[in-house]
Amino acid sequence: MFKMNKTKNVISGAYIFIVMLLLYAPILVLVIFSFNESGNLGNFSGFSLKWYSELFKDATAFTALKNTLILAVESSALATVIGTFAALGIYRMQNKLVKSLVTTATNVPMMNPDIVTGVSMMLFFVAVAGIFNFPNALGQGTMLIAHTTFNLPYVILSVLPRFKQMDKSLTEAALDLGCTPSKAFFKVELPFIVPGIVSGAMLGFTLSLDDFVISHFVSSPDFQTLPLYIYNQTAHNVKFSMYALCSIIIAVILLLMLAINFIGARSDAKRTFGKNIKAEKRNLAKH
Amino acid sequence: MNGNAKVRKKVLAASSKSTIERSWLARIAAYPHIIWSLLFIVVPLMFVAYFAFTDMNGGFTLENIKNLSNYGETFVLSLFFSLIATVICIIIGYPLAYFLARQSPKRQKILVLLLMLPMWISLLIRTYSLMALLDNGGIISTFLVSLGFEKLSFIGTGGAVILGMVYDYLPYMVLPIYTTISKIDNRYLEAASDLGCNSLQTIKNVVFPLSVPGIISGITMVFVPSISTFYISQKLGGGSFDLIGDTIERQFQNKMTYHTGAAISLVMMILIIISIAIMNKFSDGDGGDIIV
Repeated sequence: MFKMNKTKNVISGAYIFIVMLLLYAPILVLVIFSFNESGNLGNFSGFSLKWYSELFKDATAFTALKNTLILAVESSALATVIGTFAALGIYRMQNKLVKSLVTTATNVPMMNPDIVTGVSMMLFFVAVAGIFNFPNALGQGTMLIAHTTFNLPYVILSVLPRFKQMDKSLTEAALDLGCTPSKAFFKVELPFIVPGIVSGAMLGFTLSLDDFVISHFVSSPDFQTLPLYIYNQTAHNVKFSMYALCSIIIAVILLLMLAINFIGARSDAKRTFGKNIKAEKRNLAKH
Repeated sequence: MNGNAKVRKKVLAASSKSTIERSWLARIAAYPHIIWSLLFIVVPLMFVAYFAFTDMNGGFTLENIKNLSNYGETFVLSLFFSLIATVICIIIGYPLAYFLARQSPKRQKILVLLLMLPMWISLLIRTYSLMALLDNGGIISTFLVSLGFEKLSFIGTGGAVILGMVYDYLPYMVLPIYTTISKIDNRYLEAASDLGCNSLQTIKNVVFPLSVPGIISGITMVFVPSISTFYISQKLGGGSFDLIGDTIERQFQNKMTYHTGAAISLVMMILIIISIAIMNKFSDGDGGDIIV
């Protein structure tokens, strides 16, 4: 945008700095105090790793970590397969009405508050289990269904633009050269949309790692993920081993984000990586 | 290209287009997704409506909806908190978005990444970190005590809950506004200054009206999660504030109250849909490509 004079430059720089500082201060404090020797929130009495060693002795935390990773891999893989084919189908759909109905239904979990999505699924699972007389309605299976469901729109949103960017004459050439339409899809179109698929899968993976609200409603005590574990552990008071756990998660997320951005900077599908995809989507869905 | 070749190309394109669109793969590709969405998005929402209008025995009743009047205060309090949080987010976020858009492209990239990083860290963790900061005996209260103030805890005050909402959702306000501002054609700004606008007048007459779609989008992104949150009020409100989210969450801990919980969820969902629809009326959009 247009040039500014120097004073204005300083003011805007200072403003950005202050807001960013406020945004990061609590996270920094949390990480710093995870190394605090005493269990005191007010002052830092000395460096210690004791909260980390306490955390590593906690078997429940490891189970939760394992559950989180399994769920994230499974749900993002399932959503990627269903979502990629859905993007193909939606892209080729002729009937405008069906097309807009399908997209609207897909967008519902993005527009709806998470709590309503969570509650609606819980009621559904409980009711279905009631009909079939299952004793335990909720657990790993319902978590997988829920996570796949909220990952789906993000996968479709990452893949669909790639179809639109593709030069139609490539597919036409394949058909003219004797490919069947499905062969043309696997040989020509699929390789082209791979960056969209990869970013959709990664987005789904991260969203699944992160989710708390929906999981809170569709999980059972015997299948806990890390966010649920943290929530339960911090219900009553501050626990320092949770500081350690949160610090580790923050570090992992920062590394993942940097890696994604590094890969993203080298691929043209970068735009779809950010979580601001939700912002963009809301923007687009209105029109 | 002569006319004949053009016609031939058109015919070819038309024929191959219809082949590919009628291929079995394209026709069935969306079905797993359609079935999935029906089963796990549409049907569960119908269950919310069903539970809202039935009693324990499955009979039709309006009792749950009538009982909502008991929660009038909760609705008003939630609305009040989330509106204040949204307004504060605009006041802090708009200048930030504007200043960001005026940095050099290289800096913009880094700063936007910095702004997005906290969005990737779970809201639960960020709320928890804020709790540590504000807690009785936490760093802020220790600092204030050392300055000679009386010992005080911020946890449990309305201010802490609103602060939590602002802190958690501020990036969601800044990013859409930033996107619309950075898309504004430079020539508009040049034209404004050529026509004698100073920079404040340019903001008022050119930048602001063009960024309205971003603001609307930001309002939705902050308002919807704020009004439906339950852990921000649980963690930072210290149990002294009951917001809609808390109320819903509590109803679903016990099978007896599922029906009331469903009724509250249904009403909240409808209110949110109406308010989003009204807000969208006010923004004419910035013509991004529509994902349909």
